[in-house]
Amino acid sequence: MITVFIVVLSLVMIAAAVLAVQQKSLLSAVLLAGVISLLASILYLVLAAPDVAMTEAAIGSGLTTIVFLFALNKIRKQGKHD
Amino acid sequence: MIKKYAVLLLLGAFALMLLPFVTEVTPFEELSPVAQKYVKDGPDELGSANLVSSVIVTYRGLDTLGEVAVLFIAAAGVGFMLRRRGDAKKPVKREASGILRSGTVFLFPLVLLYGIYIFLHGHLTPGGGFQGGVVIASGIVLLLLAGVSAKISGTVLHWIESLSGAVYVALGVLGIVLAAGFLDNRILPAGEFGRLLSAGAIPLIYSLIGLKVGAELVGIIDAMQKDEL
Repeated sequence: MITVFIVVLSLVMIAAAVLAVQQKSLLSAVLLAGVISLLASILYLVLAAPDVAMTEAAIGSGLTTIVFLFALNKIRKQGKHD
Repeated sequence: MIKKYAVLLLLGAFALMLLPFVTEVTPFEELSPVAQKYVKDGPDELGSANLVSSVIVTYRGLDTLGEVAVLFIAAAGVGFMLRRRGDAKKPVKREASGILRSGTVFLFPLVLLYGIYIFLHGHLTPGGGFQGGVVIASGIVLLLLAGVSAKISGTVLHWIESLSGAVYVALGVLGIVLAAGFLDNRILPAGEFGRLLSAGAIPLIYSLIGLKVGAELVGIIDAMQKDEL
């Protein structure tokens, strides 16, 4: 049962990764990368590594996504200036 | 056309390299000798209920110091690259919605408290300095997004960051003098197993790491959102 869950989770992660690469919109790509991290943290939790899961959830899906969004915002504004 | 084949060839070589991980790896039946020693002696030696913390803070304390240093260099780099230009115009900010603002006022103290809880209880429950610091930083991000109080004092952040870093290293050196080696946590009494005040210096070191990581990440976020052209 747990193996099935892990395999399904991994497949969804791979699908999200492929989608993130294929995405035209950078915003969706950033959000999809965040989704991958969130799923990875669930995976770590299932695999009995709560410490790693917390780090992944907080840094991977939380902070990194926000830093990417700030950077995206910056790039867009600079693009308008030139 | 040649490019396509080259990419395929590279991918094939990569798959060949990774193939042994699928075909030959068998699950570990027992721990490696080092891990066995940690699991067997760790709780008695260091008095920390969370074995991961005793490995991170004490057995592999030097690595953690290195990680903290790497994060510091990253934060310093971001601060340097995004330094404020003199003629930067005042950014036009969109007003945050009422829901976000009232939600933030309610949630921010709780998020802050949870972050502090995570690094104070690092030796008892999963989590520790890094996780707690990031949770605190995400609370501040919430504050910035809601525009409740966009003023973050750079001086206070720098003092928190430098002081906790310096005290962390000083505690490590104290370990050489008072205990078995650099970053040994037995400079303080081990206390009762499983209590908040136990495991020697681990809670202290984790709190310092939490403050340092939190201050650094808030600095990065602040630099990124402040310097909008």
